[in-house]
Amino acid sequence: MREAVQIGRNPSSEPDLQELVGRVALGDERAFAAVYDAVAGPVLGVARAVLRDQAHSEEVAQEVLVEVWRTAPRYRPDFGTAINWILTLAHRRAVDRVRSVEAAAARDHKAALLDRTPEFDEVTEQVEARLEREQVRRCLRTLTEIQRQAVALAYYRGLTYRQVAEALALPLGTVKTRLRDGLIRLRDCLGVTA
Amino acid sequence: MTTADPHRLTGAYALHALPDDERDAFERHLSGCEACAEEAAELSATAARLGLGTVVTPPAALRERVLRRITTVRQQSPGGRADPGPVRGRPRARPLSRWTLAACLAAAAALGGAVWQYERAEDALREARRAERTSGGIAAVLAAPDARTRTVVLGDGSTGTVVVSRSRDEAVFMASGMPRPPGGKVYQLWFDDGGTGMRPAGLMDPGRADQAVLLRGAVDGASGMGVTVEPAGGSARPTSAPVAVLAFPA
Repeated sequence: MREAVQIGRNPSSEPDLQELVGRVALGDERAFAAVYDAVAGPVLGVARAVLRDQAHSEEVAQEVLVEVWRTAPRYRPDFGTAINWILTLAHRRAVDRVRSVEAAAARDHKAALLDRTPEFDEVTEQVEARLEREQVRRCLRTLTEIQRQAVALAYYRGLTYRQVAEALALPLGTVKTRLRDGLIRLRDCLGVTA
Repeated sequence: MTTADPHRLTGAYALHALPDDERDAFERHLSGCEACAEEAAELSATAARLGLGTVVTPPAALRERVLRRITTVRQQSPGGRADPGPVRGRPRARPLSRWTLAACLAAAAALGGAVWQYERAEDALREARRAERTSGGIAAVLAAPDARTRTVVLGDGSTGTVVVSRSRDEAVFMASGMPRPPGGKVYQLWFDDGGTGMRPAGLMDPGRADQAVLLRGAVDGASGMGVTVEPAGGSARPTSAPVAVLAFPA
């Protein structure tokens, strides 16, 4: 059973964002302010989901948004849409931060992981009530339980696949496969193109 | 690569769930596997959708911090590639060339035949684009029919040029060869209001020796302008002796 959810490619005024980023690339500060207004919520949301700490999240969000300003001249639309570029950057930076924090406090690692295993509903409760969330939620429900947990732990907690395997007590190979086929199912449900 | 079938790693890769060493190895694999690269791109876009559904309302202070910060962060150049590559129908060239022309012509006129190198013109262009949104913009001041120019050579061999347009009530300061300000300091611009003292007119980018800056605010009868070295973020009134003072041309 698969619920196909047909949606527009760009749920949050994407064409405008593309154009705005093009203007940011030319040093347009007012366009950057508009980009900020469009993406700061999800950027902070991603950081907050991964880091769980408001102060750290704001630091990472600030770092990411300044990075968007700095690197906008190198952004190419053929690398993907602007929102994908920005949120991928946000996730990467948040994951880097959570791993450096964890490396500093690696003791009781396993207990710490198990302690915060699938809190996925808690994460999604934080999100703004809007269409996008509903679509993502609906599509996440089309995943198997293991796919959903593995994807959620990796994305919303910033775990490596090894840590996901540990948390879910699954073999490494299984986790790699579930992350991939889970995302593929999500991609098809959301109608994502690169 | 620890797995016999690296294709399976696209999901973990898109979710940033690979440790650094495996990530590097997988990226090498991607560069030679077009199908994998395409799948990785699609799955990255899918992962980003998970983020799009997660929204936390940012505090107003974050907006202020970020917008203040970017005024001091220099953007990357668009990349060293001479060939811009496929641009997929994004007509960026047209508005760019219009401003390039305006900035180059105006700058050449203002500097009276000084050599205005391409890169410098591009910097001026970027400044022009930046300022253009907030007011008439640098290019508009430089191109104004009543633009008047004065250039001074500063002690260290750098030059400062001010261009004033009375009709626009705006002024542009162009620096060439400015030494870096001391660590943690910035160059701040001031309008000289004569008897009533100096009025803040914005900051220069501390990382750039050559730049054009639209003075913030209206000329409003000011008799000239000054440049001082101030702590990062600027000051409400000058805290050091000016490194440059220019009377506005009549």
